[in-house]
Order: sequence, then structure tokens, then C-alpha cells
Amino acid sequence: MTRLVVDPITRIEGHLRIEAELDASNTITQAYSSGTMVRGIEIILQGRDPRDAWAFAQRACGVCTTVHSFASIRAVEDALEIRIPKAANLMRNLMIAQQYAHDHVMHFYHLHALDWVDVVSCLSADPAATSAIQQSISPWPNSSPGYFADVQAKVQAIVDSGQLSIFANGYWGHPAYKLPPEVNLLAVAHYLEALDWQSHVTKIHTIFGGKNPHPNFVVGGVPMPIDLDSDTALNAERLAIIGDSIGEITRFVDQVYLPDLLAIAPYYLEYAGLGEGLGNFLTWGEFPGEDPNDTSQLLVPRALILDRDLAGITEPDPRDMEAMKEFITHSWYRYEAGDQAGLHPWEGETVFNETGPTPPFEELDVEGKYTWLKAPRWNGTPVEVGPLARVLAMYAAGHEQTVELVDSVLATLGAPIEAVFSTLGRTAARAIETKVFADHLRTTYDELLAAIQAGDTQTFNADRWEPRSWPGSAKGFGYMEAPRGALGHWVVIEDGAIDNYQLVVPTTWNASPRDAQGNPGAYEASLVGTTLAQPDIPLEILRTIHSFDPCMACAIHLVDASGNEVAEVGAGLHVHADG
Amino acid sequence: MGDGPGVEGRRVVLGLGNLLNRDEGLGVHALRALERRLGPEPEVELVDGGVLGLNLLPVVEACSHLLVLDAVDAGEHPGTVVELGRDDIPLLAGVKLSEHQVTFQEVLGLASFRDRLPATLHLLGAQPQDLRIGLDLSAVVAAAIPPIVERAAEILSAWRRSVAVVSGRPG
Repeated sequence: MTRLVVDPITRIEGHLRIEAELDASNTITQAYSSGTMVRGIEIILQGRDPRDAWAFAQRACGVCTTVHSFASIRAVEDALEIRIPKAANLMRNLMIAQQYAHDHVMHFYHLHALDWVDVVSCLSADPAATSAIQQSISPWPNSSPGYFADVQAKVQAIVDSGQLSIFANGYWGHPAYKLPPEVNLLAVAHYLEALDWQSHVTKIHTIFGGKNPHPNFVVGGVPMPIDLDSDTALNAERLAIIGDSIGEITRFVDQVYLPDLLAIAPYYLEYAGLGEGLGNFLTWGEFPGEDPNDTSQLLVPRALILDRDLAGITEPDPRDMEAMKEFITHSWYRYEAGDQAGLHPWEGETVFNETGPTPPFEELDVEGKYTWLKAPRWNGTPVEVGPLARVLAMYAAGHEQTVELVDSVLATLGAPIEAVFSTLGRTAARAIETKVFADHLRTTYDELLAAIQAGDTQTFNADRWEPRSWPGSAKGFGYMEAPRGALGHWVVIEDGAIDNYQLVVPTTWNASPRDAQGNPGAYEASLVGTTLAQPDIPLEILRTIHSFDPCMACAIHLVDASGNEVAEVGAGLHVHADG
Repeated sequence: MGDGPGVEGRRVVLGLGNLLNRDEGLGVHALRALERRLGPEPEVELVDGGVLGLNLLPVVEACSHLLVLDAVDAGEHPGTVVELGRDDIPLLAGVKLSEHQVTFQEVLGLASFRDRLPATLHLLGAQPQDLRIGLDLSAVVAAAIPPIVERAAEILSAWRRSVAVVSGRPG
């Protein structure tokens, strides 16, 4: 009986809780987003050696170790004016591009696809018909009727064993699932293939970082030297392994991920008109060129887009003390200047002020403080970050491949450009940018080979390694376009130690609460207007929230027009309709 | 694709947990203590798995022997050492809203579904006391690290004997 009571600690970065109010037609009129677990990395980092900050920051979020490491070392390099060598920058860019492909493919198949794909339905598919679909959409070799019949048999076995919970959503049979059984079978087959694929694609991190998981990072470059004749450095053999790994990545993206998106999306075009939210977007940019301070060299521009105005794109300055501010009016923190104040992250304060309610509770006090997430704002305006923001930034800046891909996806779906401002647009943008970044992997790899041939083999700049070479006071900003959106680390260094360190992570932008002016955050705004087919099984909410790729687990709490609880969905799928 | 689970003879110790939440990180603390005890050539792979979730599936599926070090909520007094065998670990998962919500049990569940659960599997850890923010273990859990390391070393020597028998070499 031990097996029933034993529960290894659930390791999640905190719960996301969504509270939504419904009108008489089950349409969402208000939504509130709450992070229910506090993150105290800012406090842990105070007083530490800034060169060590990445090793702590990488543990701030279990799955996002790489992105926090990069943002951290870039922040310190910015503060200390350290320029990394050309080869090191190319190696970092390879790690970052690989990270996008890995993360987005796993998000799509392992989490988001199950919002659209009914696993159980695939049992009634005709494998020959699935085979015909597969062969019509891509040259991917796993396409025979026998292959899909085998997959079907595996799913049948798991259904028979009662272990279906590994396909974690469990809303099978919900009327909002629209795919024919044959397309469901196609997607389930690729769900399983993606699990194999991921073990082939992490080699770049293993090699450049010395180990994986938790590769090493270093302020001033990358920890792996380049020496084609050495067994312990980046040599010809390891470069060849990386080249093969890039081939595995691009093949899967080209022949599986993008074709699947286009095969599934036509059945859900209603989601091209739902779930937009704010219409404001922000990116810090990614893939720097040789000069890290020259934002014109970024592949993904540093961009601010307001009110869907792609012609009016501007560049936000993260050092702007007036524009970049975090508010805590509705967050469980205290600022010295009071609850209405906003603070730039260099002046940020992390002082907890939990006002309740004490769990277990029915509802949050949304008039007061209701979340552990602060509310970051740009000039007082809430913005969305993530794949859609990046694709829009590249599109608006005229990046040729992005423009072609966006236009061709829209043409395939018969949708106008406005359709990108939606739940489906966000999901499509994730696939589109994966294609752009996977191709960028190959380009960057070729650049690295050329650099090595030209003798550019330095990977570490030691000029400012010793603290005695640092100024007494310094401030830095480190960015990283994490897979789920713009991540910023702001560091203040005094006399060789961290004086202040603040992270503004993508999910803080997207899942933020109301600010001092009452403006909702991106999640909160995106859910308003969505009608639920079965409020006790709010699949529609999951689809929109998942389209943002939240970096937290989530609980949903729905209240109907008369204030009765309709559903409470948590880690164990406890749904009860007692109202 | 291999037929059986894992690579025969590949033995892995996987430490799990978040180092920023005190006792949550006890698996990684125990891994480091074990590393010090085993010295420079440990004969097994020691992997700091942190809280990587699904990214750990390739690690799990690539070995024949797996020892997981982790904080375990077994309803015991804090600091109590807990050990589970292959058949005692629940391979479950519920609804989830984020990729970050993949528990290690689900990783094991997926490996099992794919017929790649390591043939030899142990979970060893302790009941945590304090999961708040902080880098150090609580005193009662820190006291559990030496017995965990001791027990882990016993398991590893049993593995060594069994591998030696399988491969026909003298122990």
C-alpha cells in the first residue's frame, strides 16, 4: 500500500492559478492570473560574486537553466564591458538556436498538441489513411500503414492497461476536439517520435558546456576551448557530431513539426479569431553579432509594437529608468515608495508582503494583492512577449524568410494577416520561428567553421576576469529571448559583489496581474470573450494559456454569473460542478 | 532503438531537486556527497538532474541500472531515510498546464510505456522538512545525508557484483 501514499515532491516552478468569471452564456468576462509560489533568487544573489551568479540563476527555473545562465553572464559582461571573442559568440548562438528547436518541439508535441489532439480517437483511425496523409504532407520516412498500425497498437495497449494518464490532459471526447481520427493518429505517432528525437539534439550543449544536463557557462566566453588536434577541446570529431545533430534538428522541424502544424490548424481556424489579448508586443532581441551592443546586428530585433501597428515598430531601451518599470499594486510585495510606485529593475526591491488568503481558499482577493508575480510594464503599458512577438518583430523589420513563411502559412490556411493576433497565431508563430532558428543553426555552424579556419579560435576573454580590474560601481543588463519570451536580468555591482539583481522573466510579463492603473496582463486579457462549451471542462482556457507556453504549472478556478464555483482544475484534475 | 531497456552495464546515479529551496535539493546534495566518497573514478555516471523534467528521459532510458536520489514525501518524520524499489515507485501523472510540470514519476511512466525503464531501479532519499527559499539543508535532513550515502554505496557495490556476474568476470 506504500505506493498510494508516497509522492516524490512535485517540482514545479510554482502554480499558476487562473480565476475567471463567466456570464450567462458561459463567456469569460474577467480573468485573473496568479502565481502562487514565491521566487527568491533575487535575495539569494545579493552579496555574491557576479561571476558566479549564473550558477544560481540557472536553478531559478528547473527547465530553463540555459536561458537564465545566458542572461546572467550577459548582464555581468554588460556591466563590466567585457567583449567576448567571435568564436565564443557563435558557439553561444548555436546553443541558443538549438534550445529553441528543442523547447518548441517538446512544447508542441508533449504539452500543446494534446489540447488539439484526441489521443483515444486515434484508435478508430484507418492506418492506411493516416499513411496517405503523411505521404502527402512530407517526405518523412516513417509513413507506412504498418508503422501507424503499430503506433495504434501501442496506444491500445496503454488504454487497456489503464495507464492513459501519461498522455496528461485527459479531456478525451470533449466536443471541442475537431480532428479526424487519422490526423489524431499522425500526431500521436509524432508525439512518440519527438521523445526519441530529443535525445539526439542536445549534443551541442553537451559539447560546448562540457556536460548536459546543467552545462557550464563562463563570464567572458564559453568554457570549451577550440583545438582541432586536442582530445579535450572542440576538435574536428566533435564539430562533425554537432553537424550531424543540426541535421537531425532541421529534418524533424522541416518534415514533421511544420507539416503537422499545417495539417492540424485548418480544423481549428476559430482560434485564429480568439485569444489575442493585448495587441502590444516586446522583444529584447536575439542572436547578437560581433558587437553585443550593436542592436542592428540582432537577427530578432529589439522591438516594441503597440496596438498591432507593425509599421510603427520602435526599439525599447532596457536602461530607460522611466519606461521600464515593475509594479506591485496587486502583488505580494512591498516597495518603500508605496503600492502605487513603479521601479526600474536596477532599483528593484524584493520584499515579501503576503496579505492572504491562506490556502486552502476558494477565491483570491483580486481587488487587493493576489499574486507572487510583479507587473512589468513599458511606459505603463502591458505587453506580450514570446514567439508571436518575435515573429512580428522580424516580420515588421522585413526579415525575408520570416515574411515568406508567415505569408505562406496564412495563404495555406486562407487567413488574413489579422489572424496572427490570436491563440492560433501564437502557436503558428512558434513553429515558424523554429524553422527560422533551425536554419540559422546551419548558417551559424558554417560561420564557426569559417572562423576556426581563419584562426579565430579564442573562446575566452580574460581581460576583466580579476575583480581588481573592475570599476567600483557598475550596472548591467543581460537579455535572452527565452523560448517563451523576453527575459531580462538587471545587475548592480558594488565593490566586486552583487548589490542588486532582478530578473524579469517572460511569464512575469505574460502572466502579470493588474498594475497600478488597473490594466490587465496578457493572460488576463487574452481570455476575455472566450466562450466555454463545457465550463466544467475548460479546454478552451487551456488552449489559450498553453499557446503562451507558461513556465508554471497551473490551476484554474471558474466562477459563474451567480458566484458559484464551476470548476477547480489542479494537478490532479479535480473538477466539480457544485454550483 | 534498442530492444531492451537501456544500455547493459551503464550505471547511473541521478540526483534530483531544486537547490534554491533548501530540502528540495537534498538529492543533489546527496549526489555531491556520494561523489566525494567515490573519489575520482567512480565507475558509475553521476548526473545532477536538477528539476529538468522531461529532458531527463534520455538519461533514464540510456541505462540498465539507475539509482535516483531525491526528496520524498512519504508522510514520515523529516529526515527519515526512504528507499523504494522498482515496483514501489508510482508511475503516475495528472493533468498539466505547463511543460514545467512534468514530474519525475511521469518521466519514469513514459520510459515504462516505451519499454525502456531500467531493469534495476532504486529511489533513495529522505522526508524533507523545509522547502522555503535557501541554499542549505535543514539540520535534520543534513543529518540524513551520511546514511543515504552509505546506503547508496551499498547499492552500487551490489550492482558491481551483479554486472560482474552477468559479464562472466570475477567479482
